[in-house]
Amino acid sequence: MRKTAGTAPVNKIISFSAVDGFGNRTAIFLQGCNQNCLYCHNPETIHPCRACGACVEACPAGAIQMAEEAGERYVAYDISKCCNCDTCIRTCGNSASPKIRNMTAEEVMEEILPYFPFIDGITTSGGECTLHLDFLTELYGLVKKEGKTAYADTNGQVPLWNKEDFLRVTDKTMIDLKAGTEKDHRKLTGMGLHNPVENIKRMAELGKLYEIRTVVVPGVVDNRRTVELGSSLIAACPEVRYKLIKFRHFGVREEYLNIPEPSDQEMEELGDLARKNGVREIVIT
Amino acid sequence: MTNDMTQDILYTIKNPRVTFRQRLKDMAKIAENSVELVRYTEKSREYFENGAMMDMFEGKTPYRTRYCVPDYELFLRQGSKFLMLEPPKDIWDAVGNLLCLYHNIPADGGLPVYIGCLDELLEPFVREEAEAEKAIRFLLTHVDRTISNAFCHANLGPRDSKAGRIILKLTAEMQRPCPNMTLLYREDTPDDYLRAALDTAMTAAKPSFANDALYRKDMGNYAVVSCYNVLPIGGCGLTLVRLNMHKLPELAESPEDLLDRVIPDAVTAVCDAIDSRCEFIVDDCSYYENTFLYDEGLIKKDRDHMIGMFGFVGLAECVNGVLGLHRPEERFGKGKEADAFGEKIMRRLREEIDKRPCRYGKYGLHAQVGVMEDSGGTPGGRIPIGEEPELPFQIMNFIRMHQDCDAGCGELFPFEETVKRNPQYLADIMKGAFRSGARYLSFYGSDSDLVRVTGYLVKKSDIEKFRNNEATLNEATVNGSEVHRNLHLLDRKVRGEAKE
Repeated sequence: MRKTAGTAPVNKIISFSAVDGFGNRTAIFLQGCNQNCLYCHNPETIHPCRACGACVEACPAGAIQMAEEAGERYVAYDISKCCNCDTCIRTCGNSASPKIRNMTAEEVMEEILPYFPFIDGITTSGGECTLHLDFLTELYGLVKKEGKTAYADTNGQVPLWNKEDFLRVTDKTMIDLKAGTEKDHRKLTGMGLHNPVENIKRMAELGKLYEIRTVVVPGVVDNRRTVELGSSLIAACPEVRYKLIKFRHFGVREEYLNIPEPSDQEMEELGDLARKNGVREIVIT
Repeated sequence: MTNDMTQDILYTIKNPRVTFRQRLKDMAKIAENSVELVRYTEKSREYFENGAMMDMFEGKTPYRTRYCVPDYELFLRQGSKFLMLEPPKDIWDAVGNLLCLYHNIPADGGLPVYIGCLDELLEPFVREEAEAEKAIRFLLTHVDRTISNAFCHANLGPRDSKAGRIILKLTAEMQRPCPNMTLLYREDTPDDYLRAALDTAMTAAKPSFANDALYRKDMGNYAVVSCYNVLPIGGCGLTLVRLNMHKLPELAESPEDLLDRVIPDAVTAVCDAIDSRCEFIVDDCSYYENTFLYDEGLIKKDRDHMIGMFGFVGLAECVNGVLGLHRPEERFGKGKEADAFGEKIMRRLREEIDKRPCRYGKYGLHAQVGVMEDSGGTPGGRIPIGEEPELPFQIMNFIRMHQDCDAGCGELFPFEETVKRNPQYLADIMKGAFRSGARYLSFYGSDSDLVRVTGYLVKKSDIEKFRNNEATLNEATVNGSEVHRNLHLLDRKVRGEAKE
């Protein structure tokens, strides 16, 4: 969909989510990511659409059309016709999705307001939601006005510690720690380790860190090193959880299907390691 | 049941799928149904015949109330002259006395549909916790094995208590369908206690949760009994006559005709039938005078304690039928016009019921969950399975359609595994729903063996046994096996989306 000023590309909104932070949360997924993790579980959220039109032909429901406005060609998506078969996503050769709505903070707010009686707050995720900080700041401000909490689920690559306007309206962040060494982190994500680590430290100091999370991928990175680093960063903050997520084949790109899923025992051992290093709450999922 | 009594008797005495007690009960029902002495009005007969009204197979010659809700608190305070019981001195006395009374409840089926607000009844006797746990386990086991009916309902009070915690712990551990259980939730119920109850609900599909403030306003000192019927403590639900709303489109010529003519007419038919049955129970059979519960003040025969239950099913089909709606986005549950019309019907129904003078006590409106013979009507004012909108909209719709259901209504939601690690998720949904006016909610883990069939619990493994011609202890399995086949209950939308 065509991008206009003041909007962010919304990939999906889940009304009630049990897995995106404290209590019941409305989860808002924004399109576009600044990392490219080998095992990405939703690669269709990585890039913006380049309007090639491959999905237009493939769509069985006629929900996607080529359109043009002010001389700019773009893929238009009609949510009311969509049957959610995800043929478009499988067709896309660009790790993108045509099912994007460019929405202003007010438009998102209008859509999620009916959920507010039942939720603790919202969580923005992605993609990488902090690529749209101005949008987040505006949306969070509106959410706070309604007495609800705002969480950001982030890979930590965008420095947040100096974004005062954003932090003023942010209750908590949930930050990925994908690897424990610079080398591993670059290999896995294409980006360095410095910013995620700095974000984790600073957000913890500010009391704005809900959890850190590590996806455990056997053989690709040194998972023990990751957990050791993660534990050392949060051990002093008993309220911060360490979430250890099993790498699973669901959703990953075909070429990575040969990476084995970790065993329960491996997960438990990593949990014990974190506990030994002083982490109070460990969630294995 | 066929009209040939010999056939019925032979079927009943040979049926391999029932226990001896269930067999005895079925035999009693055959005897009762062999005579028909209730004097129905012409209007009632018309509605029984056109299928828009049903007597719930309560029995053609009702000699007892459908539900009896004794004042157990009074019973524990005063003991019982008739049962020769002194007021209890310790938790074993209390448990023993309660069990004696449970086996002397004069209600349909001969077994209690309400066994008391257990934590409040027993908390005064909790001294040593291990001893209390032993006594409560004894009580729950006895109830499950001898009452063996998932319509048997225990309540838990809104306050945190030692007895309440023990009951929650044992309920999670025992994984049995009986007793059904409801926690009466209030704004001041501690979060920690609520989460413990939700944890239990996710593993044992109970307790359910009632909005205490709302029901207390409607019914006074109340209890949740059977599926989720709400009745005054010390009262009786004398009878339940049900309006099959899914049949009303056949009788109405237009939406206006439904509201202006058919609904008032149907209310007359149902209330007439309730009055006729009450007349037989109260006057002809002298129900109250024939039981020591009345003599000892455990049930009362006055306006506020005698409830004639006006049940209904099939609001969704009624709306879709009368408005002629076929496209999914315009049907009841999703379409704005459909939902507005549904609310109008419910308001009209309540208005007509309130206008009508009640001969015995008062009428209570109850969103009925269905019986095994049903196939055409969705329970109460719920959205049909398979047509549910997103959860927040489903909850709002449930609230809107059941505002006037003072005698009970319920909606139930299966949840995925991931939710078990986040009980606050359910707490947020529940509190939001109650603040928005929801009366009653049930949750259960989609993978648990205990599942909720419309309002009561059965074990999936028991349903399998029943289908294989084996007897099971829980009488409700017999209902459950057919209800869940007809109503596609296992196809309910599972909530709590997982995401990586």
